[in-house]
Amino acid sequence: MRRWLLPEAIEDILPNEAARIEALRRRMLDGFRGHGYEMVTPPLLEYVESLLTDGAHDLDLRTFKLVDQLSGRTLGIRADITPQVARIDAHLLNRAGVTRLCYCANVLHTRSDSLTATREPLQIGAEIYGHAGIEADIEIIRLLANTLALADLSTTRIDLGHVGIFRALVNRADLDDDQVEVLFGALQAKDVPTLNALTDGISEPVRSALRALPDCYGGSEVLDKVLTLVKDDAEVAAAVADLRQLAAALAGLPVSFDLADLRGYHYHSGVMFAAYCARHPNAIALGGRYDNMGKVFGRARPATGFSMDLREVVRLSENGGEAGKILAPWSDDPALQQEVARLRAAGEAVAIALPGHDDSWREAGCDRRLVKHDAQWILEALN
Amino acid sequence: MSGITIALSKGRIFEETLPLLAAAGIVPKENPEESRKLIIDTNRPDVRVVIVRASDTPTYVQYGAADLGIAGKDVLLEHGGAGLYQPLDLEIAQCRLCVAVPKGFDYEAAVKKGARLRVATKYITTAREHFAAKGVHVDLIKLYGSMELAPLVGLADAIVDLVSSGGTLKANNLEVAEDMLPISSRLVVNQAALKLKRDLLQPVIEAFAGAVAAGGK
Repeated sequence: MRRWLLPEAIEDILPNEAARIEALRRRMLDGFRGHGYEMVTPPLLEYVESLLTDGAHDLDLRTFKLVDQLSGRTLGIRADITPQVARIDAHLLNRAGVTRLCYCANVLHTRSDSLTATREPLQIGAEIYGHAGIEADIEIIRLLANTLALADLSTTRIDLGHVGIFRALVNRADLDDDQVEVLFGALQAKDVPTLNALTDGISEPVRSALRALPDCYGGSEVLDKVLTLVKDDAEVAAAVADLRQLAAALAGLPVSFDLADLRGYHYHSGVMFAAYCARHPNAIALGGRYDNMGKVFGRARPATGFSMDLREVVRLSENGGEAGKILAPWSDDPALQQEVARLRAAGEAVAIALPGHDDSWREAGCDRRLVKHDAQWILEALN
Repeated sequence: MSGITIALSKGRIFEETLPLLAAAGIVPKENPEESRKLIIDTNRPDVRVVIVRASDTPTYVQYGAADLGIAGKDVLLEHGGAGLYQPLDLEIAQCRLCVAVPKGFDYEAAVKKGARLRVATKYITTAREHFAAKGVHVDLIKLYGSMELAPLVGLADAIVDLVSSGGTLKANNLEVAEDMLPISSRLVVNQAALKLKRDLLQPVIEAFAGAVAAGGK
């Protein structure tokens, strides 16, 4: 038995990566704080019914479960923190007005999202509760752009979508739940041949509109296209108006549209968005409106937010690692101790050389050392 | 890579894709059957073709190692298609996925009796789904090739495999017991590439769609 072996897609975070993750985590959380978001830390595990609010099959399969010895009930290890934060807002804080919350903690997935993804992402996100208007969506997308900018990700793009368009269309098509699931699957894959076959029996104009959705990505012309296909639908028109208003308010950000991209459709209820960046094959951050999630905790609240895997962001980030450490000799010289304290206060990492390891300090990440010159402690390069 | 990378497999898919590529103004500079290169340049400096095994095409595209790929529906069903866009049926490399049995084997009766069939296939996921939907218990045996041999030597009662002319079945005294579904090749696209390289990819996809529509008439 190889005792050092870890399970698949579970890994240690080693010093260089850990330092970068922690540095970015602090910057992002400071950014959230600066925008008035309060941090919460929900528990690692809770009753599985509380975690699976929307009855989504997918989240259920991705949640690790165990039996609670105290109650005999099934516990789940969270696979997503958003339902937990919604529970906190709906039931514990119980505030009437706007509540802004943020979080950063590990989640566990039974199966990786993709072959290269970890099963233990570090989910970081921000949520606004209590405001149903488009202003909350505008704020949260601006905050997302700000947060990604902190990581120096190159060529990000933010795709906007709206659940209301697909919902309105399938409601008019009078499909049962299973049919909607299959249709939804084809739409997510932009699988036009399958979509065409599935929509054969649906009457116009809904058929043409559903068939056109996979191609509805790009600039604001896709909004015009939907409106020309479905002229007299109040729900579709309202969704398109929301998207237009959002895009106008976000001028200056690299915004585009994808009306078929509905990941999280099961719990989302309005505007949705996904951020993409170079060198990453999927969306790096996802978010949107989920006004109904609080209902299962006793209080439906307007809600919008986003989250991402901080470890993935750090992997893609072009921010360099930590600067090297400074080595100081083991000594009682007060002048040295004063200088060490000064350097530490200035943000440097100063390690004390424990006696007897003369050649090992470069390996430990030190690239400079303190040496005494003319009664002065000065820095020199460590070779 | 700032240009486009297209993943293709050697043989039938490569041959039948050439006219589609030509419609998009793309001509590979070498033939993979003659060259041993795995990355083939084209007449366009911003487009290159990578030669992969057919069953690996979805994987290359899913992880963005290629922006576009052409993969059989059989391969996509087996892969699951997670993280891929499949916007276009290219109507090339057409064949059927079938259950085949030795001549004289009463497949319908065996299925009705609820007997546990031993089925040899390389399409484990697809076969499992198919028989589960029919309510038939099967023991699946994963093979990588020469499927037709399995029933002849008593390894399996039936096989699930692609049938195009039926010649191989006939030569080995097998027959189609059940037609599962028609197979043709799909265009698959990486999700992020479709968003971030839209200006480059959209004309190619449209040219392919135009060529397919023209070919169907």
